[in-house]
Amino acid sequence: MASLTPTMPAPPPTASRRHGGDLPPGAGWGDGGRSEPGSPDYGARLRRARLGLAVALTPVMMLFVAFTSAYIMRQGLPTLDPRTNTVVRDWVPVELPTLLFLINTGVLLLSSVTAEFARRQLARQVALEPVRSIPGVSLVRERKIPWLALTIILGLGFLTGQWLAWKELAARGFYVATGPSSSFVYLLTGGHAVHLFGGVLALLAAGLSTVLGRPLASRRIVVDVTAWYWHFMALLWIYILSLLEFAS
Amino acid sequence: MLAQESHAHSAPQGFLRKYVFSLDHKVIGLQYYFLALVAVFVGMFLSLLMRFHLIWPTAVLPLLGEIKPETYLSLVTMHGTIMVFFVLTTGPQGGFGNYFLPIQIGAPDMAFPVLNMLSFWVTFVAFGVMLAAFFVIGGAPLHGWTGYPPLSALRSSGPGEGLGADLWITSIALFCVGALLGSLNFITTTLDMRARGMTLMRMPLTCWAWFLTAVIGLLAFGVLLSAGVLLLMDRTLGTSFYLPLGTINGQLTGHKGGSPLLWQHLFWFFGHPEVYIAILPAMGVCSHLLSVGARKPVFGYRAIVLAMLSIVVLGFGVWGHHMFVSGMSPYSGFAFSVPTMAITVPSAVLTFAWLATLWRGKIRFTTPSLFSIGFVSLFVAGGASGPFLAQPALDIQLHDTYFVVGHFHLIMAVAALFGVFAATYHWFPKMFGRLMNEALGRWHFFITLIGAYAIFVPMHYLGIAGHPRRYSQLTEVGYLHDLIPVQRFITFAVFFTVAGQLIFVFNLLWSMFRGEKATDNPWEATTLEWTTATPPPHDNFGGQTPVVNNGPYEYGVPGAPREYVMQNDPTAVEAR
Amino acid sequence: MIESGVAGGLDSMGLLLLFVIWLIALASMFFFVAKIWWFPAGASAIAAAYDHQFVNTGIAMGAAFVVAQLGLGILIWKYRDRGAANRARYHSGETRTEILVLIFAAALFMAMDIGVDLLGGHLWAAERFREAAPDAVRVEVTGMQFAWYFRYPGPDGKFGATKPELEDASAGGEGALGLDPQDAASKDDVVTGTMVVPVNREVEVTLRAHDVIHSFGVPAMRFKQDAVPGLAIHMHFTPTREGNFDAVCSQLCGLGHYKMHGIVKVVSQEEFDKWLAAREADKQ
Repeated sequence: MASLTPTMPAPPPTASRRHGGDLPPGAGWGDGGRSEPGSPDYGARLRRARLGLAVALTPVMMLFVAFTSAYIMRQGLPTLDPRTNTVVRDWVPVELPTLLFLINTGVLLLSSVTAEFARRQLARQVALEPVRSIPGVSLVRERKIPWLALTIILGLGFLTGQWLAWKELAARGFYVATGPSSSFVYLLTGGHAVHLFGGVLALLAAGLSTVLGRPLASRRIVVDVTAWYWHFMALLWIYILSLLEFAS
Repeated sequence: MLAQESHAHSAPQGFLRKYVFSLDHKVIGLQYYFLALVAVFVGMFLSLLMRFHLIWPTAVLPLLGEIKPETYLSLVTMHGTIMVFFVLTTGPQGGFGNYFLPIQIGAPDMAFPVLNMLSFWVTFVAFGVMLAAFFVIGGAPLHGWTGYPPLSALRSSGPGEGLGADLWITSIALFCVGALLGSLNFITTTLDMRARGMTLMRMPLTCWAWFLTAVIGLLAFGVLLSAGVLLLMDRTLGTSFYLPLGTINGQLTGHKGGSPLLWQHLFWFFGHPEVYIAILPAMGVCSHLLSVGARKPVFGYRAIVLAMLSIVVLGFGVWGHHMFVSGMSPYSGFAFSVPTMAITVPSAVLTFAWLATLWRGKIRFTTPSLFSIGFVSLFVAGGASGPFLAQPALDIQLHDTYFVVGHFHLIMAVAALFGVFAATYHWFPKMFGRLMNEALGRWHFFITLIGAYAIFVPMHYLGIAGHPRRYSQLTEVGYLHDLIPVQRFITFAVFFTVAGQLIFVFNLLWSMFRGEKATDNPWEATTLEWTTATPPPHDNFGGQTPVVNNGPYEYGVPGAPREYVMQNDPTAVEAR
Repeated sequence: MIESGVAGGLDSMGLLLLFVIWLIALASMFFFVAKIWWFPAGASAIAAAYDHQFVNTGIAMGAAFVVAQLGLGILIWKYRDRGAANRARYHSGETRTEILVLIFAAALFMAMDIGVDLLGGHLWAAERFREAAPDAVRVEVTGMQFAWYFRYPGPDGKFGATKPELEDASAGGEGALGLDPQDAASKDDVVTGTMVVPVNREVEVTLRAHDVIHSFGVPAMRFKQDAVPGLAIHMHFTPTREGNFDAVCSQLCGLGHYKMHGIVKVVSQEEFDKWLAAREADKQ
């Protein structure tokens, strides 16, 4: 719908607009923007969604910063042993299933790549949509690789891999409550898994909206924002893995 | 993802979509406001019971029976939690921020209306879960609003530490999620949705305050959430984040290796900024209303913005001042005292700016002005006791006494509530199209001002005399006996003040239906909300795009056609 | 709505507000200055310096408080809306006056902060940055729901081992602490329910807690320190006056928090020695 009006190409991800007194409305909502979703104010909506994502990532980072500082602090913390009246260090390093974690890392990085392709695929579609809607104009059909579906599958694969890693930890005798060190391993990996699962849900919603035939622009915004979120999750995972592997 | 929902939703039809699951920031703002209003009365009722119990410990109350020591502690816990989270966080920010931030910056709605609705309903559910704690076996938790483990982490450490404490911590975790969604919206809206010409330095100070409050919330609530997750894990999964080897009731807890101080660090990393979440909106509102009331530009707009900004920054570096006697390293204690003392500097700048805004003004004693002036008085009073507590050496004696209770109630509770009252009287005509009764408003103001001082100033004397807080009975320790007259005075002051709040509620409800009809701009104020209809239409400006040409505080401009110049008046004020 | 006539009719409001604010400010200050409810008389070496620092801070903050409140009263009275008789003074942008006034405010309070912090910091450092004297009396203070127990190491100068699994609160004394009878060092440990210490000698307390956080607060000694499970916190103070002093739990510890009360009994050195010897004899 409403695709006859000129559509602006998706701005590069770094593009951001500065607000000044004499600039046009920052919101882009004035005048033409009062119509229903999917209308040409989509450039402004995309920018707003990205800004929202950047803001939303802050508390996620704060959450893991808090976990990290707790982890580091606890590691260096001696506790009192009342039996001997002395202060002891009782940090038992966890034997991590490193190989499994590395495989999972590979899967996640791959999914990040497919997510990026999915994002660009949709961006291209949006850019070409006005051309395509001109009667009589036909474009060379590009190969439709289902990047979105691949990303979802890889994401679920990563979560399964993490599940196996927890099984492996348990098999080695490290349960959630075994000791502070194992609690932290489950906390950090579990916290990441929950956030990644949120990303999977968002991608599923995007996939579902394809099936339901929602406007392309809306889908494009969801996939774009989720892809950035996905990249952030990949970085977060690498951070967590390095923290667990090296900071002990 | 919900982000796809555009702000440009059309006006909803039907009761549910219009008033319950509304996407309109104005409806959501009112929902937050009334949630806070209900919560403040619940919290006030709890404090009434507490004060009653302290003076008549054996009295049997109708329906409730006798208040036992553990019930008293449940009242303390729930009063604190409800007031801090569901009143001081939701009222000024969720209520007025939601309603007026978009209008004041000339936007049709919040950036993400669906998230906005979700943030309210998550908060609403959190409130329900919190209240449910009263009705489960064991009752509400008794660990205080600060919830220090091991007391809060062990199920058998007292009545209320079972299911009641589970509900308490779940409610707080939910609240964090709601607050984060709200902050996300406030920040994106402020950065991305300002009308043409509304530069950052032309925003009303209220918008600055709401924006900075959202920034604090964004950074702080994630950390509280993490602390809550760890506490829940300790309580349910048997982990030992906060629990060292120890016993409870002579039984080994089965935990080992954790640190109770870890919770205190995480909690206060959130907890101190939370103070500013409560007070910053009031600072913004009162700076704004003092200028409206004094009919002259605010004194030192930039300085006020800068001072609020530095309070935000400093606020994240001072959490350790709650922990001077916690067993933390004395060197850290010393380090934390420096930024804490430094907060007096921006606070002094703000106070000077407010006083100077009144200086050479032409003050109209409307109820909003009265409450703003009262706010300045309370801010000074509450601030004056800060430097005692900020010095670790002096804090030793005052820590966990009534001195602290008096201090933080004056500065963060009553002062913040004065901001809410001022905002209510000021914006009521815009929200409901009618004016609140001024005579009742003045009675409410004087009773509340005198009452608040009468309650909280004597608490400082109690604290100096060494009266510990959270004591349910004053009979066990000899020297507390001598202090009972002061406690009795405070209780009577509470009765007096609560009676004043009934006037407020009556005025609010009565004026909603019977108040004098208001014009679009009854206070002759300049900001954008007074340029639109009353109450504002669904998209705030009825399809018009406001264009901003002036700063927010152009009162008494020499040579201007009117005594005040609206922000969207076409002729820009020359001197700006 | 707000005709200036209406506001003009409220001429007395400014005066009333001035009166109320002044009254509140002066009444609040009166009770501080009159010291009707004040610290208990100091009974430790640090008390005098503590009180001095408190009063100094009180003078600085009290002055700021009174000046600001009285000034607020004057401003609202003087600059009330008087209809046509006065007009607000417009100022645009940041004038030189504005900048100067606010810099003055910042500088004034910064100077006050630095002054107060230096003095207060000195006090804090004197008390906490140094170890207890080698000849200090050592007492281990243990908090549990809802009692304090005090342990003296005995002639061997060593606190014996305790075992959490042996703790039995109903047994009181040594049983409550879970003192391990197998440990040689614990044989001569004395456990009491009242803290007895000699006057004019430094006392080194080791604070511990079994179950939840407690706080050992002795207002007369100007002493307060949390006792945290999993930590053994060392603090010291020097009593300077004989007598019985209240110790109150100052950290919410559960339903009996209000009755977690102890006595610090300060006696002469001879009396202390005699008392300790008697307790040792009881143990044999």
